[in-house]
Amino acid sequence: MDLARTEVRTRKGVKNAAARLGLMAVPVAFFAVFFAYPVAAIVTRGLKTDGTWQLGRITDVLTQPDIRHVLWFTTWQALASTALTLLVALPGAYVFARFDFPGKQILRAVVTVPFVLPTVVVGTAFLALVGRGGLLDELWGVRLDTTVWAILLAHVFFNYAVVVRTVGGLWAQLDPRQEEAARMLGASRLRAWRTVTLPALGPAVAAAALMVFLFTFTSFGVVQILGGPTFSTLEVEIYRQTSEIFDLSTAAVLTLIQFVAVGAVLALHAWTVRRRETALRLVDESVTARRPRGAGEWGLLAGVVGSVAVLLVLPLAVLVQRSLGAADFGYYRALTHSDGGVFLVAPIEAVGNSLEYALAATAIAVVIGGLAAAALTRRDAGRFVRGFDALLMLPLGVSAVTVGFGFLISLDEPPLDLRQSWILVPLAQALVGVPFVVRTMLPVLRAVDHRLREAAAVLGASPWRVWREVDLPMVRRALLIAAGFAFAVSLGEFGATVFIARPDNPTLPVAVARLLGRAGDLNYGQAMALSTILMVVCAVALLVLERLRPDRTGEF
Amino acid sequence: MLLSLEDATVRFGGRAVLDEVGLDVAEHEIVCVLGPSGSGKSTLLRVVAGLQPLDEGRVLLDGRDQGGVPAHKRGVGLMFQDHQLFPQRDVGANVAFGLRMHGATRTQQDERVRELLDLVGLPGAARRAVGALSGGEQQRVALARALAPRPRLLMLDEPLGQLDRSLRERLVVELRELFGRLGTTALAVTHDQGEAFALADRVVVMRDGRIAQSGTPLEVWQRPADEFVARFLGFENVVEGTVVGEVADTAWGKVPVPSGAAQGVRSVLVRPAGVRLMAADEGLGCTVAARTFKGTHVAVHLHPREGGPRLEAACALRAAPEVGDTVGVEFDPAEILVLD
Repeated sequence: MDLARTEVRTRKGVKNAAARLGLMAVPVAFFAVFFAYPVAAIVTRGLKTDGTWQLGRITDVLTQPDIRHVLWFTTWQALASTALTLLVALPGAYVFARFDFPGKQILRAVVTVPFVLPTVVVGTAFLALVGRGGLLDELWGVRLDTTVWAILLAHVFFNYAVVVRTVGGLWAQLDPRQEEAARMLGASRLRAWRTVTLPALGPAVAAAALMVFLFTFTSFGVVQILGGPTFSTLEVEIYRQTSEIFDLSTAAVLTLIQFVAVGAVLALHAWTVRRRETALRLVDESVTARRPRGAGEWGLLAGVVGSVAVLLVLPLAVLVQRSLGAADFGYYRALTHSDGGVFLVAPIEAVGNSLEYALAATAIAVVIGGLAAAALTRRDAGRFVRGFDALLMLPLGVSAVTVGFGFLISLDEPPLDLRQSWILVPLAQALVGVPFVVRTMLPVLRAVDHRLREAAAVLGASPWRVWREVDLPMVRRALLIAAGFAFAVSLGEFGATVFIARPDNPTLPVAVARLLGRAGDLNYGQAMALSTILMVVCAVALLVLERLRPDRTGEF
Repeated sequence: MLLSLEDATVRFGGRAVLDEVGLDVAEHEIVCVLGPSGSGKSTLLRVVAGLQPLDEGRVLLDGRDQGGVPAHKRGVGLMFQDHQLFPQRDVGANVAFGLRMHGATRTQQDERVRELLDLVGLPGAARRAVGALSGGEQQRVALARALAPRPRLLMLDEPLGQLDRSLRERLVVELRELFGRLGTTALAVTHDQGEAFALADRVVVMRDGRIAQSGTPLEVWQRPADEFVARFLGFENVVEGTVVGEVADTAWGKVPVPSGAAQGVRSVLVRPAGVRLMAADEGLGCTVAARTFKGTHVAVHLHPREGGPRLEAACALRAAPEVGDTVGVEFDPAEILVLD
């Protein structure tokens, strides 16, 4: 009898493993072909000459003074950006978590918009604020675009939402009575916060800080636009080495270095997230927020609203204002003409291109990410699958430039000659979108009570029917949100697209960058106008999402 | 008085959650605030603790006004409804928390933690994780933690609310014994009248932010102040009637009342023991609607045939009629109370 049972169990185990492999096969194949293979191709191209590995290149590159300078700058600007973001955004996280005030929903949306804005738009907006001829230049003759401050401020702008969502989301669910319990035992307000709330919040703060560090460490668009010739991150340097100097082996070494750094940060992030999941008393966030009391709390609220207005709203407002600088929407109307120079087509056509590419990329990302999330949700998911989870995050931090460049040099020969195909751009964008889809879907899928599935099965539903009748209705909203995120991310993708978009089919961010690269007021104005269009599209996508969003505890 | 509340008022968005509440607690006294959920009893505790500012009125501890004294300097303890043990700390660190806040040395902390864990019946549990404790054990740790810094007043919010019945009945006895032994002054709130009567020297019944009645458990049980208190204590036989002399005219017909009862239109309470079952042709004719076994007696639910509200009668086990039987009812004036 025991034997029979064992046999049944084994057969069931095999069946489960087969189902899991089936779900995972497509995402794994996708990542192997469109991520691992191109990255491997770069590394081989750079480090292998005449069939032998030239590992000495690594030390060669690392000893070059200018490369060391890039490494140093990349690291310290990322650290500084992270510290500055935490400093500015943590009070914001507190205000969102604990206070109830009129206009909170609107403020929350305002804070979130920057995160989905394309780097190019952010770079342009800060250029309009602190650059040559910018608002500060006009008012007080202050220019920051030659200093590192422009980059740091743009990074704060970008990542404010990361901190508010990750830390504030958890903070809102921490039971305020934990602090009250400490107060009753004789702890002052500050001490209660330090001894009770801070330790509970610590892992979330660490996770947010690591995410911000990752995003700023691999920053491309912002530094490309605001950094000028002086400041260059690894990512920008990789771009320069491949597209301007054509030094592939140096680029390959830099890619490897970035790969290792990103891998380390992601591993650390996964570890802190696991720690965050340890037993905390979580309550519904609707019961934890209250009206601010007293001058101090209202002052804090005012300070947060003020900093949001100056840091997040002002740059975008200036951007819009600059785009209207010519009479009768002159800059916008100029977008409809081809000047026959840098552009083979009228810049406005980039809007259509971008939307088409982004829709295709969204479809790919949702299918791949959805399958991956489904595979990761299975209760029998083992160590191997969890490793896959971490792997999925990799494109988020690994140089988009690397991906784009890798596509160029690896997908150029049969059977995978996609160089001339339009699908190349959506594929690269989908690669960046998949982590967002997985991150959005996973918590929701995992929250579906397994007993509901069992109940459906007992009532006679096949596994497919269980998924359709139980899972799908519960994750439909999450699926829409994931799609929206993927769409916004694809729309703004710059690092990879800049390599592979064909000159006659530019996307919006690529077109903006090209316009900015040329002198003249008209080009500048057109860049502002095109950025404004891009910003509006992304903001609308996000605001639709905000309405759909069931809860705000996700990681983004 | 150790604790005095004077006209304490708290409003949430215009609604008074506490409405001019006055309450005194003497040293070594155990006072239990009893009321349905939403009656403002938890807010009362938070006001005394300093976690909820007052809109009007004063809180005095040892005669000193506590307005402006922050929660951590009031020297009162509060045991939260769901305990609020710190999940990141083990049992010992939870109990030692308050001692640490008051600057006790390591040795003092260890000694006091051991002493308290012994006291609450969890010796040697200091290194255990709070997540691994059962509900009853968590309750004991929460009590030890609240007692550790020797608060002058210990407040308990639904102290036994989440435990199962038999454990609750055992722990309430332990609590009373312990408080008596330590001379603790305690202010507890609960919605469970059994718990309140078993624990308290004095019971305070609250309704809609106001105090409906205050007295010893016996006083409150014997003479509920009004219909609300009577019904909250579980008395179902309350009916409106016009009292003239020693007779009340009610929906159940003429009901005898004790001499000296208040006259005029009143609520009349008939204890179940005061509903006597007779032969079907005597007194108020009723049909038996249901009977529930109560251990020592049977509660018989009666439908008066002439209309009027249902009646509950307490009946000896053997004498209880069957469902559907018709019986007559007479009232015993000794078990009848005219409410104000």
